[in-house]
Amino acid sequence: MAIFTLNINGKKQEVDVDPSTPMLWVLRDHLNLVGTKYGCGIAQCGACTIHMDGTATRACMLTVSSVGNSEITTIEGLSEEGDHPVQQAWLEVDVPQCGYCQAGQIMTASALLAKNPNPSDEEIEMAMNGNICRCGTYTRIKKAVKLAANS
Amino acid sequence: MTLVKTKIGRRAFIRNTGLASGGLVIGFSWLASCKMTPEQVSSLPKEWFELNGFLKVGDNGMVTIMSPNPEIGQNIKTAMPMIVAEELDVAWKNVIVEQAPLNTDIFTRQLAGGSQSIRQGWESLRMAGATAKQMLKEAAAQAWGVSANEITTKEGILSHEASGNSAGYGEMASAAASIEVPEEVQLKETKDFSIIGTETKNVDGKKIVTGQPLYGLDVYKEGMLTAMIVHPPAFGMTYKGMNADTVKSMPGIKDVFHFEVYPEGIEKQWSDQGGIPELVAIVGDSTWECMQAKKALEVEWEQTSKAESTAYHEEELLALLEKPTETPARKDGDVEAAFKNAAKIVESTYSAPYLAHNTMEPMNFFAHVTPEKAELLGPIQTPEFAEKTVAARLGMPVEKIDIMMTRMGGGFGRRLYGPFVIEAAVISQKMNAPIKLVYTREDDMTQGTYRPSYKVKYKAGLDADGNLIAWHVRGAGTNDSLIFEDRFPAGAVDNYLAEKHSLNTNVTTGAWRAPRSNFIAGAEQAFMDEVAEASGKDPIEFRLELFDRAINNPVGDPKKNDYDPERYAGVLKLVKEKSDWANSNGKARGVSAYFCHDSYVAQVLDLEDGGGDMPRVEKVFCAVDCGIVINPLGAKNQIEGGIIDGVGHSTFSAMSFNDGKPEQSNFDRYRLIRHSEAPKNIEVHFVDNGIDPTGLGEPSLPPVVAALSNALYKATGRRYYNQPFINERPPLVG
Ligand code: FES
Ligand code: FES
Repeated sequence: MAIFTLNINGKKQEVDVDPSTPMLWVLRDHLNLVGTKYGCGIAQCGACTIHMDGTATRACMLTVSSVGNSEITTIEGLSEEGDHPVQQAWLEVDVPQCGYCQAGQIMTASALLAKNPNPSDEEIEMAMNGNICRCGTYTRIKKAVKLAANS
Repeated sequence: MTLVKTKIGRRAFIRNTGLASGGLVIGFSWLASCKMTPEQVSSLPKEWFELNGFLKVGDNGMVTIMSPNPEIGQNIKTAMPMIVAEELDVAWKNVIVEQAPLNTDIFTRQLAGGSQSIRQGWESLRMAGATAKQMLKEAAAQAWGVSANEITTKEGILSHEASGNSAGYGEMASAAASIEVPEEVQLKETKDFSIIGTETKNVDGKKIVTGQPLYGLDVYKEGMLTAMIVHPPAFGMTYKGMNADTVKSMPGIKDVFHFEVYPEGIEKQWSDQGGIPELVAIVGDSTWECMQAKKALEVEWEQTSKAESTAYHEEELLALLEKPTETPARKDGDVEAAFKNAAKIVESTYSAPYLAHNTMEPMNFFAHVTPEKAELLGPIQTPEFAEKTVAARLGMPVEKIDIMMTRMGGGFGRRLYGPFVIEAAVISQKMNAPIKLVYTREDDMTQGTYRPSYKVKYKAGLDADGNLIAWHVRGAGTNDSLIFEDRFPAGAVDNYLAEKHSLNTNVTTGAWRAPRSNFIAGAEQAFMDEVAEASGKDPIEFRLELFDRAINNPVGDPKKNDYDPERYAGVLKLVKEKSDWANSNGKARGVSAYFCHDSYVAQVLDLEDGGGDMPRVEKVFCAVDCGIVINPLGAKNQIEGGIIDGVGHSTFSAMSFNDGKPEQSNFDRYRLIRHSEAPKNIEVHFVDNGIDPTGLGEPSLPPVVAALSNALYKATGRRYYNQPFINERPPLVG
């Protein structure tokens, strides 16, 4: 066990965990931030996507000891009121079915748009390909990303 | 307007409950009026006929609709309250939808499976809304000294034109609470609907996009431990022994023990299907610590029944396809004689592998068992059944078992089966602590309860004019007999023979989105395409001729056929028109139509030009007849999802086995469709026919498999017989 001071959603947070613990479980088990989901644990599904210094990162393979002072943003910290343009676009297009993958999808999409405000269809697909939606909301997700890009 | 009286008796399912302080509260049961067969009804627990939905009109005019329904992603949590609000005549913006608290004596729970929720709830939900409206009218009539018949309602306002009186529902709500529940109510004409049929957003949308804790895996409670299981690495194996000592001392680990989930003599429910009798439990402080211990633990298993491999299943199923059955499932005319006289014979065999459900949220359940009671919470669709087994297994009376449901991160049939509920309860009892059982993705994918693997062989005979004169289908599945003998083209061909086999295996199987249809539709409609080609006719015209036959001069007793040929033909005609079928613009396109879960779907699918050996789907035109569409926005989402699911699984996905051991355990080797592989465009059209609503969650998946393979044939010149199609490469191009 070791103590880590993390910078999460703009707040300093201290945790005492094994250094090999992935951020996914630090967030969920130790910090009560459960919006970041577990889907595969091997960086294949994207359900656990968070931002590390603005870059979409799979929290299930990111050990707590490798985070250092990086700024971590989770779905809970993406906006105060759920009013981030990507979240708004998701609601407008009515994307979710079961909804389980959507926090990860939104985190990947918002990181993409921060770097590339006007992505082409191909760029959206390339960026989003690491995020599986088992319910098959892909066409709506693309529509929502484009809507967010234009807003 | 239609005056409706219930068959079962209104008092039985609508009650003025008087629960609330202030306002009107109506309790109702949305299952009470469903049109089920006597067998289905008698198999339902009687509590299901008690109250399970609530509707409250507050003094402030806000309407709260509480639904105990589990949400697995079919959007029923939005659609069902829309039906109530429609008949109540209240503005949707003044409606609040709440998840009913399931842990009270008043609510009973539901089963959401087989696209049935809306179909079964339709009439009850409408009557609940209409009843409340009628009581509000009566209250206003008394207050104003006028006849209730003269009072009209609109968007939550009661008006009496002659006297000029008007009042909001809120003003009359408390008075309405003392009105007797009417025996008869008027339901709206479908043409007067103002909420049903409007695009309405998911009531949980905001919670989902902000990452609120909604799912079973999000349950964290004071003092809760995490539990994981270790199951046999291969089917046919049982527990022999382990040395848990080294693992027990790992950090954060509280206990490691072997336990029996289903000891001899425990009465099982159907929802226990797939349950593994003996497991090992690892219990610890946190998920990661349990995962580490799970990796380190060595358990000894022994092979106690056959170690089956995919090659074995394939061989056995193929052998069954060569074997006539003793009693055919259906026989019209004489196929053998007809084949002898046929000018042309077409014959093909189709196959599909086992599939895992792979809900994005793996199986999990919270349990807190004390000597006094058992509290269980999580994603399960069949709590009424699970609680019986939990009670039997814990040795507690059923009244002390309380199972509550969370939102579910996908179902697809998987959450009809709940051995994990029993496992969680047993582990909690043993630990004497609240625990959350979590399956890793690997546990989830290798545990079983798969979509069976299937093979089917078709043979069709055509006369010299290209008319279909004989049809023979023989199918086989693992633990499943596959064929729906009374579905199309039964009733449309003079000589028809359907035979079905089932191969017993120890690889466990269960319902998977659109059971059986998910394979047989793709095979049948791909074969239909081959037969149409052999007949020299256009594939849509060929099918329409068969439907004409089934309409005008059906073979055998038409009541036996479980489809309506007019509605079937209707979706084909609609998709033909919407896709401009004759003008494919040089695109490789395929057509398909299927009926299941009481709904009819026809699709035309276009492939992208070029695109290599596995071209991408450019567009799917989809015509759907599912009766009245409650919420087109949510309905289209379901249909799009089913199409993507069907394209994805038939193209990419498979579970295979080597000596009983699953060869895929996570998304690195089990391939699911991704963004860049999904159909680019999906266009959904509904048939507008005013018929009571039917299933939506399933019916768009089965036919799209054939729309795809028929288009692939156009693109590559090669028929795709075996799923996943990606393994059929390299195709014979040109
Ligand atoms: S849980 Fe991290 S990518 Fe799947
Ligand atoms: S909405 Fe269910 S997995 Fe994406």
